[in-house]
Amino acid sequence: MKHQYDVIIVGAGLAGLRAAVEIGKDAQVAVLTKVFATRSHSGAAQGGIGAALGNEEEDHWEWHMFDTVKGSDYLGDQDAIEILAKDAPRAIYELENLGVPFNRTAEGKIAQRAFGGHTRNYGEAPVKRACYAATRTGRVILDTLWEQSLQRGIEFYDEFQMLSLIVHNGKCCGVVAYELATGKLHTFHCKALMLATGGAGKIYKTTSNAFASTGDGMAIAYRAGAPLEDMEFVQFHPTGIYKLGILISEAARGEGGILLNNAGERFMERYAPVIKDLAPRDMISRCMLDEMRAGRGIDGKDYFHLDLTHLGQDVIEKKLAEITSFARTYAGVDPVKEPIPVQPTCHYMMGGIATDADGRVVIDDKNTPYAGLYAAGECACVSVHGANRLGCNALLDTLVFGRRAGRQIKKFVESAARPKLPAKPDKTDADTIKALMQSSGRETSGAIRAELQESMMENVSVFRQNESLTAALEKIKALKARYKNLSIQDKGGCFNRDLLDAIELGHLLDLAEVITRSALIREESRGAHSREDFPDRDDKKFLAHTMALYDADRGPQIFTKPVAITKFEPKERKY
Amino acid sequence: MRCHFTVYRFDPKEDKKPRYQEYKVDAEPTDKILDCLNKIRWEQDPTLAYRYSCAHGICGSDALMINGKIELACQKLVRDFKTGNNFVIEPLPLFDVVKDLIVDLEPFFEKYRQVQPYLIPGKNKSDKEFIQQAEDQEFIEPALRCILCASCTAACPINRARPDYLGPAALLRAFRYIFDTRDSITAERLETIDTEDGAWGCKTMWGCTEVCPKEIPITQCLGQIKRAVTQQEKDK
Repeated sequence: MKHQYDVIIVGAGLAGLRAAVEIGKDAQVAVLTKVFATRSHSGAAQGGIGAALGNEEEDHWEWHMFDTVKGSDYLGDQDAIEILAKDAPRAIYELENLGVPFNRTAEGKIAQRAFGGHTRNYGEAPVKRACYAATRTGRVILDTLWEQSLQRGIEFYDEFQMLSLIVHNGKCCGVVAYELATGKLHTFHCKALMLATGGAGKIYKTTSNAFASTGDGMAIAYRAGAPLEDMEFVQFHPTGIYKLGILISEAARGEGGILLNNAGERFMERYAPVIKDLAPRDMISRCMLDEMRAGRGIDGKDYFHLDLTHLGQDVIEKKLAEITSFARTYAGVDPVKEPIPVQPTCHYMMGGIATDADGRVVIDDKNTPYAGLYAAGECACVSVHGANRLGCNALLDTLVFGRRAGRQIKKFVESAARPKLPAKPDKTDADTIKALMQSSGRETSGAIRAELQESMMENVSVFRQNESLTAALEKIKALKARYKNLSIQDKGGCFNRDLLDAIELGHLLDLAEVITRSALIREESRGAHSREDFPDRDDKKFLAHTMALYDADRGPQIFTKPVAITKFEPKERKY
Repeated sequence: MRCHFTVYRFDPKEDKKPRYQEYKVDAEPTDKILDCLNKIRWEQDPTLAYRYSCAHGICGSDALMINGKIELACQKLVRDFKTGNNFVIEPLPLFDVVKDLIVDLEPFFEKYRQVQPYLIPGKNKSDKEFIQQAEDQEFIEPALRCILCASCTAACPINRARPDYLGPAALLRAFRYIFDTRDSITAERLETIDTEDGAWGCKTMWGCTEVCPKEIPITQCLGQIKRAVTQQEKDK
């Protein structure tokens, strides 16, 4: 089937919906999403969204900007970070007027709480900057933006899996998608295509991410010639529930929770004497692994205690409602009475499709745009998070840059002519699916995926070194060869998950290769990328973005792009 | 431990009527029912169809019938059941089955769209924040926990008898906006649902409240709507 729109947005999380709401009725727009819109993974964001409103105590956007730059280990682009921090209060007031039900202060204003790495006066002490709705902040914003989309009559194609971009004469002019309910291919012809497909946490064995977080947009854009930026920076959140990876929000520590080791010691006091348990995520995850190696994990094992018992039942059950329920259901512990067992869990991709601050996908170190192609949210890299994202900056990123992408797209489609479609734009995908369905191979995606996830967890997680990265690259190469012998046992066309698993696995393999290759080349330690064989940050050689270009035969081709430094010169990062 | 799963199967293209298929799964007591379904699909039968995504009770994809009761497959663990390691898995009732455990939720969302599920701040709209008292925000808090999993609507006996009844999820959303002090069309919202297929469709049978995986006191929230409708009538 063929469809024509001015704008197609792929992904119905916060970035995609914010752009859709911005475009509204000013252009013909449709949203494609592989899960029903309100099932998008933005809904799992818990703790808050950062903005220097100053509702609880003095705060300024310049402090927010500084914290984000420092949190990024000086790899974030400061011009983009300035936009993020400055625009944050406006973005919150906008959400408030759209109906987001934020918690309130005693005076009836939007309530705020402390979060990791967010400080008063350039690092003096934690500051209350995160606006929140209990521990369901992402979910209520997602519901609100979805409802706003309904009000504006935005069209949705729910349960459609994107397969490839349609590119003709260097312009992106559409997308081919697979309808889950029927197994049919659809061609969407448009003037502007926006990718807002989220992260790729399913590359790793232990992750807070949804099953749907398989990096489809990143992988598909990469295959279509868009460079992926800073992919070696993968965030491991310190407090996933032990063995499960389910997230326990940083809000738990923002409200006063503390991490304890085997000796009952609040070990973060030793590593970050000023902000302690509210140090940034990369640092705490590293400290936990260091403690573990020194034999100070709980019972000598690979987990720690997150203790909230001193906060009292009221704070725990009201302000931290969801995570309290998660701890009770999944870990079998009641946080009112006993500590929660936690360990680092793969949480967020700082890297992604390289874009400028208006959502335009860029193809080189001079920010030359990829005609017709846009991206925002976790699948994109603006870059505001650099080498490590601060908590409550992800939701903000989706809203600020989702809106900016929407505005830019609106401007573009007003004057742009509809580009020509090539002949038979869905032929390659039809052939690929046919070949997969008819393959007599003996491999299953379940087995290959499990081996990939184990290897990435073992070799390319918090700590990395030359040998582990080389071993992981070899493993990926072998798995990619096996992927060619995949067989699909479900021969049907209705909700064929077997086929979808195979498609998603292809994306995971490509992205794992980019992450590992980028990590191997970056011979320094910065933010979430910690090389044991190169323990120091090396600004002389590596204060630059890693850019990876697709090459089917030779694997990822790497070049670099300079970092924008405006207000804050790189300094040693201490908390 | 060895668990025995009896799973509802139906592919409208292949099957004339639904059938049940048996699977044996090695599971830990702490495994979610969703983990068990995944084991079946990944290790034994890739053709089994069901929805899932976040796997921790937030996205609302995987409401099912487990041993005759509506539950989220990702929020119930093997150890939560005292049925001798035997599990019967079926799709949500009320809705049409698309394939196996997947149902067509379009009628559910259609009802939801009818209640104007968005804030209309009217002339209150500004580029700043509203002043809203903490207790007013807390009043609508239970409804904010809704994840649109459709469990309540599937469990409601009225919904089965009266297909046009808005149902608990849509009415809960109406509650959320009726009592949001930032909204400007409360009177209109109350009038719209002052019908037998609206607020008065609820006969206080508690089916919704019993199955809600987020423990929302839905029946009570619906009671608050009826009270507000009655009050508005009196004030006229």
